[in-house]
Order: sequence, then C-alpha cells, then structure tokens
Amino acid sequence: MNRTPSAIRRCGAGLAILMLAAFFSAGAFAEPSPGALPNPAQEARARALQKEFRCVVCQGESLDESRAPLAADLRKLIRARIVAGESDEQIKQFLVSRYGDFILMKPPLQPDTYVLWFGPVLVLVVGAGVVVLVIGRARRRARQSPLWSEDHQ
Amino acid sequence: MKRLLYIIPALAFAVLAVALFYGLVRPHAPNELPSVLVNKPVPAVTLPGLDQVAPGLAPADFAQGRVTVLNVWASWCAPCRVEAPLLDRLAEDKSIALFGLVYKDKPANARAFLAEMGNPFSRIGLDASGDAGIEWGIYGVPETFVIDGQGIVRARIVGALTDDGKFTGDLLPAIADAKRLTRENTPAP
Repeated sequence: MNRTPSAIRRCGAGLAILMLAAFFSAGAFAEPSPGALPNPAQEARARALQKEFRCVVCQGESLDESRAPLAADLRKLIRARIVAGESDEQIKQFLVSRYGDFILMKPPLQPDTYVLWFGPVLVLVVGAGVVVLVIGRARRRARQSPLWSEDHQ
Repeated sequence: MKRLLYIIPALAFAVLAVALFYGLVRPHAPNELPSVLVNKPVPAVTLPGLDQVAPGLAPADFAQGRVTVLNVWASWCAPCRVEAPLLDRLAEDKSIALFGLVYKDKPANARAFLAEMGNPFSRIGLDASGDAGIEWGIYGVPETFVIDGQGIVRARIVGALTDDGKFTGDLLPAIADAKRLTRENTPAP
C-alpha cells in the first residue's frame, strides 16, 4: 500500500459525506404517498395526526404504518376533514366517537386510566421502599456482628 | 411480621396466575372492541338498496317498534358464508326485522353471494365506499348489531355467528334483552 494516511482519511471523509447525502436525500426526495395533500402544511398535519391513531384492524400499528384497507380509508378521511377546515381536535373527537378511546395510540388521562398511568410509578416507589428497608436492616446487622469490629476498628 | 413478608411473593404470584388464567378462558378475545354506539341511536346514514334484491336503509327504518338485527357482510368475507345458514334461520322469526349492510363490495358480487347463499334480509344497505362503515364503527366483517324498537343500538357482536358460539351465546340473549328494553320504553296504550 503506497497510500498515505491522509489520503485514506480524505477518502473516508468523502465516503461519509456521500453516505450522509444519500441518507438525507432519501427523505427529501421520497415519493409523496398516494392521496397526499398538495398543501405541504396540511399534509404534515395529516401525517402527524395519523401517527396518533391506532389501526383498529391490526391494533398494534398506527394508521400511519398500517396497510389495512380500513386504515387507508381513515387516512383519506383525515385528509378530507383537514381540507374541509376541521381542527385536529375535531377530527380526534370524530374518530373517538366512532371507534372509542381505543383508537388513540396514547390513552387519555382520565379516572379509569389512572391505574394504567400511575400504576408503574406506584410499583417503583413501593419496590424502592422495600429495597431501602432490606439494605438498611442488613447494614445494621452487619455492624453489630463481631466480624465488623475485628476488621474495621 | 417476618413470616408475612414471605407470603407476599406467593400472594403476588397467585394474583398474577388468576389474572392470566382469566385471560386464557375469557369468552371474548381482547381484540374484539366494544362498540361506542351501544345505548346510542343508530348513525344518521342513509344507504341505497341492492337493486333487484332489497330496498335500502335509512335511520327511520330501525325505529319501527320491533327489534332489528343488522348484519354487516360482504361477498369477499369467508366467515360470512359460515353464518349465512344461521341468518336464514333467524329470518323465520317474524317478531324481529333482519337487515343487511353490504360493506365495501360490488353490487354484482353481493347479488351473486345472496343468489348462492339465500337472502334472509328484508332491507339491504349498500356501502360501496366504506364511509357508512366508519359511521357505524365497523372494523371487520362480519359484525352484527342488535337495535331496539326505538332505534337505539343495544349490542354489537364481532365475528362469525355460530351455533355453539356467538349465535346462541351472544346474539339470542342480546335480542331478548332488546325486546325487553323495547317493551319497557314503549308507553302503555
């Protein structure tokens, strides 16, 4: 190999720039999805909204990811309502009124979901309490044992 | 006190075991969603009928004083073939009305399906686009709604009706319930 380290470094840098360019251009020049709105601001709202709703057919995916026909229909419906001038909140209310809270990817915070939202925190606090208690007791016991006094005093 | 501490894991395990066992034996799969329409009036959608077969469907058709069963089906839906004989049997019960809603289907295909399986429906709404399906909160066919005599939705059953399953276990009791509610809400003459 007669290449100097600096040449290799230059080559590496060039490659990195190329890869970065490829990475970003893939996003910038992506094909618009079929039925996309001509107004970019409205299309962005539709994309953001369809990430918030669950595909009720597949249930683990959002409307944004799903390939189910019903998800396609609902994506179309979201766009039609945006064009008609409805707010995000109005569209959300319509979908919830037809499919229930389940269509929301993020469950709403309301009395019947308190356990869902705060349960994990409660378990963490109780668990931490038990750990502190057990460690504290073990430490006290260790301090009182004869081994401690021989080695450390 | 110390012994109590040892019981806690066993207790936690018991609770978990019961919860998981319930998940195993519960009669309805967790992916069967409850309908938000239950105890609400039927959606305000009017649908054209299936030409040469049956007249269409309007909200006023439901509030006729007798219980209506609305079956949502399509010719491309395999479980709909399974439940067709049971719907034929249900149509013999003249105390209720049996309507159909054809979901995202071509009229010719829907007509061919009925010619093959028999037509138990006195009215059929054709929802070619699926827009009415969204109004009804439909997310898969077959689905079956039970509507009382005042036009209030009382139950939705998701999935195929079968003799040893949802036809006997869910639909018939739901019809009986809707009949009782219709009687209770009908002013005495």
